[in-house]
Amino acid sequence: MPSFDLGAHGLRALNSNLHALKGQTNETQWDIVNPRGSHAIAVGVDAPVDITVHGSTGYYCAGMNKQATVRVKGSAGPGVAENMMSGTVIVDGDASQYAGATGRGGLLVIKGNASSRCGISMKGIDIVVHGSIGHMSAFMAQSGNLVVLGDAGDALGDSLYEARLFVRGNVKSLGADCIEKEMRAEHLEILENLLRRGEADAKARPEEFRRYGSARKLYNFNIDNASAY
Amino acid sequence: MSDFPHTPPRQSWTFSNDTNAEIRRAAASGIYDIRGGGSKRRLPHFDDLLFLGASISRYPLEGYREKCATDVWLGTRYAQKPIHLDIPVTIAGMSFGSLSGPAKEALGRGATLAGTSTTTGDGGMTEEERGHSKTLVYQYLPSRYGMNPDDLRRADAIELVVGQGAKPGGGGMLLGQKISDRVAEMRTLPKGIDQRSACRHPDWTGPDDMEIKILELREITDWQTPIYVKVGGARPYYDTALSVKAGADVVVLDGMQGGTAATQDVFIEHVGQPTLACIPQAVKALQDLGMHRKVQLVVSGGIRTGADVAKALALGADAVSIGTAALVALGDNDPALEEEYRKLGTTAGAYDDWHEGKDPAGITTQDPELFSRFDPVMGGRRLANYLKVMTLEAQTLARACGKNHLHNLEPEDLCALTVEAAAMAGVPLAGTSWIPGRGGY
Repeated sequence: MPSFDLGAHGLRALNSNLHALKGQTNETQWDIVNPRGSHAIAVGVDAPVDITVHGSTGYYCAGMNKQATVRVKGSAGPGVAENMMSGTVIVDGDASQYAGATGRGGLLVIKGNASSRCGISMKGIDIVVHGSIGHMSAFMAQSGNLVVLGDAGDALGDSLYEARLFVRGNVKSLGADCIEKEMRAEHLEILENLLRRGEADAKARPEEFRRYGSARKLYNFNIDNASAY
Repeated sequence: MSDFPHTPPRQSWTFSNDTNAEIRRAAASGIYDIRGGGSKRRLPHFDDLLFLGASISRYPLEGYREKCATDVWLGTRYAQKPIHLDIPVTIAGMSFGSLSGPAKEALGRGATLAGTSTTTGDGGMTEEERGHSKTLVYQYLPSRYGMNPDDLRRADAIELVVGQGAKPGGGGMLLGQKISDRVAEMRTLPKGIDQRSACRHPDWTGPDDMEIKILELREITDWQTPIYVKVGGARPYYDTALSVKAGADVVVLDGMQGGTAATQDVFIEHVGQPTLACIPQAVKALQDLGMHRKVQLVVSGGIRTGADVAKALALGADAVSIGTAALVALGDNDPALEEEYRKLGTTAGAYDDWHEGKDPAGITTQDPELFSRFDPVMGGRRLANYLKVMTLEAQTLARACGKNHLHNLEPEDLCALTVEAAAMAGVPLAGTSWIPGRGGY
């Protein structure tokens, strides 16, 4: 089990070592100590390894992750798991703004709260937030699922495309073209699966959520919708 | 009835025929005009500058005999694998989606034949483009359509796009009629809907964040790949300085003559500064920071000839980039297609409704019937020819000024034909030693 002291060896050495992991490797468990809020920790990893960061991180932790499971034992700065392709990222604490931005796959779990613009422009990633999320979350979200056990801030799902939003608590306001939609059996099935994988099944049941999605009225420009823009 | 002649009909300068036609069009449709291309208005430009040439105090180099080098290195500041190009004319970012697959292939072929780079666009990297481009710059855009670490790593450079000259501060729109199955899949969106490209990046705001974003991209690519920052010609002094501060290897500066696939005409014509006005400000920022020639400057927006190339380099750019001119070289707006342009209600040279996807030249379309007309091999050859002519022209001018490398051209080799151009370019008005704003006459 490699233990990497980020304070002693620096970011370049860390990411260089992680990028060297290809396919079958025996170094599957990585512990990163002394992260000291550094930016770009474990970015661009492309190997089925488990990485645990013992402390809080700065911007873009696990950015563009593929295959790896990254757990942050602390809070994460802006853009955690941005553009993630696959794998899993778990934040034990809170996440700052843009969590999971533009993510194309994989699962992001935030045990605390997420700030504004959580899931902005998401493109296939699944995000489970145990707490609440800030304003403008899922802005222009294209696909994937955002599950929020707490509340959502202003303008949820503004200019949404085909992403599914599930919120258990209150939604302060919906953004342009985002509406509440019928919760059907297939959605409950998706929720059940995500709650289990997001380590939240003991906290909430699928039936407690409401579903939001795109009204699809802004998909093609229409001058009569000008006031919505 | 008087025998005196009537006052002849007089058109208003303010309410010109074009202006009135647009008022009528707006009144009938209720929507602003959307089009492609760059600014069409008369702007101070490279045509307003002249080279002085050699004289008693400057001796020229012999054409066809004495060498005038044209190569350029880009990305020498931090990247472990900077780019070396044979010529300082690159192909600007244009998306697959706005352009057809064969057109993107032709750009790659032509650039490679001429020894230069081409650039992806909003919509991701296509195999035909990567496959036919020896040197490919991968744009990192606010939309992040198709963005993935594998393409980042197989790019020869990364261009972080903050803005573009046609619409500094604006995003993009690819209308539904151009969203084929393939385009939709690459962008993770349904077929046939209007696809918006955001005007801001989703996960950073401002220069301090941009520095961290550049750090992330460098870490993902193991510091191998040059990172460019592209800005529109809004505040070139500060945007250049902030890009340098954020860690850019190269600044790409796009003036308001730079084209776009589609945006509002009012945006194209009323936001940003002319390319000529942008260059000296960017060069001054680099010089003030002691980074001129260390962080390279690539200029785009209205580059058409070798003269434009030479003038941009004389003002301090390291290279230029062409978009609209490259499309014309491929066959866009060719008078041979006049009959078809007429059917679209336009004429060759004026066709700019690229967003509608009906391009008879098969370049700005996703219609298989139309893009199959376009031959990417021939298109690539035409582009390579054009790039070589531009280079020869620039060399001709540089030799006349006694320079054995295009980069040895300097502002002192230039004069301006108009007061405006003299002020913007920071070179003397012809026949004087006067640079407006700098005193002396």
